[in-house]
Amino acid sequence: MTELLGLSILELCYIVASITFILGLKMLSSPDKARRGNLIAGYGMGLAIFATIFFKEELTPDKWLNYTLILSGLIVGTVIGTRMALKVKMTAMPQMVSFFNGMGGACAGVISLVEFDHLRHNPNPETGMLIVILLGLIIGSVSFSGSMIAYGKLEGKIKDKALPGGQIINILLLLALFGLAIWMSFTGNLSPTLLYVLLAISLLYGVLFVMPIGGADMPVVISLLNSFTGMAAAFGGFLYGNQAMLTGGILVGSAGTILTVLMCTAMNRSLTNVIIGSFGGGSSSSAKSGEQGTAKEISVTDAAILLAYANKVSVVPGYGLAVAQAQHTIHNLEKILEEKGVDMNYAIHPVAGRMPGHMNVLLAEADVPYPKLLEMEDANEDMGSTDVVLVIGANDVVNPAAETDAGSPIYGMPVIKVWNAKNIIVLKRSMGKGYAGIENELFFHDKNRMLFGDAKDSLEKLIAEVKNL
Amino acid sequence: MEEILSLFYDNREFIFLIIVSVFLGIEVISNVPAVLHTPLMSGANAIHGVVIIGSIIIMLQADPTNYYALILGLIAVVLGTLNVVGGFVVTNRMLEMFKKKSK
Repeated sequence: MTELLGLSILELCYIVASITFILGLKMLSSPDKARRGNLIAGYGMGLAIFATIFFKEELTPDKWLNYTLILSGLIVGTVIGTRMALKVKMTAMPQMVSFFNGMGGACAGVISLVEFDHLRHNPNPETGMLIVILLGLIIGSVSFSGSMIAYGKLEGKIKDKALPGGQIINILLLLALFGLAIWMSFTGNLSPTLLYVLLAISLLYGVLFVMPIGGADMPVVISLLNSFTGMAAAFGGFLYGNQAMLTGGILVGSAGTILTVLMCTAMNRSLTNVIIGSFGGGSSSSAKSGEQGTAKEISVTDAAILLAYANKVSVVPGYGLAVAQAQHTIHNLEKILEEKGVDMNYAIHPVAGRMPGHMNVLLAEADVPYPKLLEMEDANEDMGSTDVVLVIGANDVVNPAAETDAGSPIYGMPVIKVWNAKNIIVLKRSMGKGYAGIENELFFHDKNRMLFGDAKDSLEKLIAEVKNL
Repeated sequence: MEEILSLFYDNREFIFLIIVSVFLGIEVISNVPAVLHTPLMSGANAIHGVVIIGSIIIMLQADPTNYYALILGLIAVVLGTLNVVGGFVVTNRMLEMFKKKSK
């Protein structure tokens, strides 16, 4: 009787939790409700966790060790997680998300390991359970090792590396993974050795899958891995007949997939193209880069005059802005220029930076007003009437080759058409290539002038000059 | 074949739930503006931390002498908590900045 009562309360809590997850995601679609949405989903999660602890099984004194371990696990995780999340810089957000995503994937993988062991001691193991466990293990482990590699790459600890014949190896690994999983399911083979082989292949696949993918595609990969972990969580839900896990996991799985597709569309590439990782392979086609001429430089003073006497200035920020931590500096420049009657806005490319919306988050941190951030389509419409475009640490998202050079790997990707403006100033450290590793003929454009140096440094000098005018 | 069909039949309610959730997820996300993509990804990341419930169930059901399950379960609880807590805190930090000037 009391047990039934407890289970009813538990299920009720799960329903409430599922509703909070849906509401939380829903509220994320408007800037002023987003924060509340996140908190609501957080409370829902807390409710689901504590309801599970107290109502899932009858609490018995002989399991004191289990309870102690659960509590200590929760405390350790909370302390470390909070510390990491509070310490991380806004510029390092993408890798942080990737890291936490990997933790979720690993959690799903470990659950599968334990449940496999359970199943082995079950006198008549169900095939359905085995399939769910194996899928959870594969997807969770791929998500874990993939996310860790993505984390390392964004952190700059791991360099892009493409193995010769990497695609073939990846396809073979994938075949081996599913071949083995299907064979184990059909024959009901419960050998732990095979399970560990499966685990090893999954981890290896995750590494090799993310390794060759260029930085320009990182947002897509993180989003994809995010939806993988969602799916792994959903398999867990299947395993335990747990609706909260199932709804939460599937919601994230489908939402993440859609987000991934949206990002691919923004870059005009198919998902298969990203996964197979043929990016950067097309560099041979840009053979015509021979007659590029020289890039013209501009002095800080000239740049300041150009800016101060313009009517309309547009800023195109990129990863370089994030690296230089120049978001506050650019906002200061904006304030000073506004005082001088210059109308300034920001043209945000959807995949500028290392994550979609990365630039928005950075500029929001610097208190740049929301309406000043233009999305790409609006920015492009405005470009004709813009006097000066300031490109700060962006490269591939303003590359005209996307429109003109059919042989370029980024051909067809929507870009910000800065060359329609009257003047262009590119703030850049050097003539180096962007993350996609391709030349940018914008730098040699008639309208363009280069202002070399660290973005923050250059901006500070510009501010000083503009003030003196 | 029969086994697969019966598997389908036994889990029909879950399959319905999955289908509805898939469409719900797509519907809910398609209204999110590009500005909020990073917080959204991070928020979704925190939500799939719900997988932690699985690790708690393992711990609750494990025999107190089954050290294999207890140790792995503990690791899973820590990993899951990191995902949940880290995810929500990071998302909150990002959104805090939007809130300041949304007025």
